[in-house]
Amino acid sequence: MPDLGLEVLFKGKNMLRLLGGLWAALEISLISVLLSIPLGILLGIIMVRKELVLRVITRTYFEFIRIMPQLVLLFIVFFDSTKLFGINLSGELSSVIVFTLWGTAEMGDLVRGAITSIPKHQYESSLALGLNNAQTYFYVIIPQTVRRLLPLSVNLITRMIKTTSLVLLIGVVEVTKVAQQIIEANRTSSPNAAFGVYLTVFMMYFLTCWPLSILASRLEKKWG
Amino acid sequence: MAEKLLMIEHLNKSYDDLCVIKDMSLTVHKGEVVVVIGPSGCGKSTLLRCINGLEPVQGGRICLSGREIKHGSRDLPMLRQKIGMVFQSYELFPHLSIIDNITLAPLKVQKRKKEEVEEEALSLLDRVGLKDKARQYPRQLSGGQKQRAAIVRALCMHPEVMLFDEVTAALDPEMVREVLDVMLRLAQQGRTMIIVTHEMQFAKAVADRVIFVDNGEIIEEGKPAEFFKAPKTKRAARFLNIFEFSPVKAQN
Ligand SMILES: Nc1ncnc2c1ncn2[C@@H]1O[C@H](COP(=O)(O)OP(=O)(O)OP(=O)(O)O)[C@@H](O)[C@H]1O
Ligand SMILES: [Mg+2]
Repeated sequence: MPDLGLEVLFKGKNMLRLLGGLWAALEISLISVLLSIPLGILLGIIMVRKELVLRVITRTYFEFIRIMPQLVLLFIVFFDSTKLFGINLSGELSSVIVFTLWGTAEMGDLVRGAITSIPKHQYESSLALGLNNAQTYFYVIIPQTVRRLLPLSVNLITRMIKTTSLVLLIGVVEVTKVAQQIIEANRTSSPNAAFGVYLTVFMMYFLTCWPLSILASRLEKKWG
Repeated sequence: MAEKLLMIEHLNKSYDDLCVIKDMSLTVHKGEVVVVIGPSGCGKSTLLRCINGLEPVQGGRICLSGREIKHGSRDLPMLRQKIGMVFQSYELFPHLSIIDNITLAPLKVQKRKKEEVEEEALSLLDRVGLKDKARQYPRQLSGGQKQRAAIVRALCMHPEVMLFDEVTAALDPEMVREVLDVMLRLAQQGRTMIIVTHEMQFAKAVADRVIFVDNGEIIEEGKPAEFFKAPKTKRAARFLNIFEFSPVKAQN
């Protein structure tokens, strides 16, 4: 067995520190997801409305966020907020802001897609049965929208968790940052630590995201 | 003559500046089966959609038992309960089982008792040969089965008139018959129906009256026996001829 430098994990509190880093990343994604879902649903509903001004505004927002690499957004919010507005945002808060902006845009697009994918005839056959508008939404449209939406939003959450690895670049000490610190500190005693430590980080992300992936494909199979 | 159930008076309907129904009047009596035929795009579906209040109209009135059907009016959901509509593409709700598809509106709209509605739904399903499919989902059914279930769903609301819009057009040929048979039986029971179809043999058998529409106007109407044998107008004759072909090669 090649030397992976795994021993550094058991030095001091290194394993706990890695888990702490993972939690820092998950916390950012969790808060962002919790904010993005209601905001995204709202955005999606606005995006399917016919008012031109609203459509242009939401569409611009969505395209802007879509095109910008998340890293650039992070830098803009973290560094430029100080320059432009003289406020000092912590790395964590900047990350939550950026991930919420991004999550809202993506979620909004998923909601828009799910709503518009329900054929017009589904509304009509419900109305034809004598259901009023509210009943049609409640019993026919929303249940179908949610079924289409759920697997896609689980996938989005997975993507958001993975992307939090970028926040180390604005100084947030998350799992990849902790890994770097551990490797750095043990450079002389365990020169191969990079393998073992990054392998551990990989496993951590895998174990977090894999169940979500399974959940998503289960949901897709069930309702697809 | 039986009472007048549905009255359409001088109906005008356009999409933007495309005039689809032009000053159309039609009265349907209780127990009558009216078959509407006509070339593609002549406004047959639009007519049915107007009768169900799914479209705003630009002129004229549609009344069911004296009450006006108006797109966007507040008592439209009430009136629609009396009008059963079956679409070409079935439009069952994919997230609900067959029995839930059928009982949704009776339970939520008519607020009927669950046991009573389920019992009725099952007996109706039994009559169209689908009792064993009650707990299945639409995606597990064939096209013909779905369409029969959709007819049962409309029936379970106890409508006074049923609208059928080319309900066999999306079906494989071998499934057309089973759906048409269900409709023939409904006609036998004396139900009031307006049927849009391209199945001429079926139209002949089921109709009390045939209406030929072209370009948004009723060009000709009459008893099926006479209409199909000897249409009075040139346009109807030409339309019916589409379905017969003359030999293209010399025969000896
Ligand atoms: N939502 C709409 N917007 C604009 N034009 C429409 C709309 N729906 C139908 N039309 C037009 O109205 C005309 C009548 O359409 P309709 O669907 O009533 O025809 P149809 O007689 O049912 O034809 P088919 O036999 O092909 O079903 C057609 O020219 C069609 O293009
Ligand atoms: Mg049509």
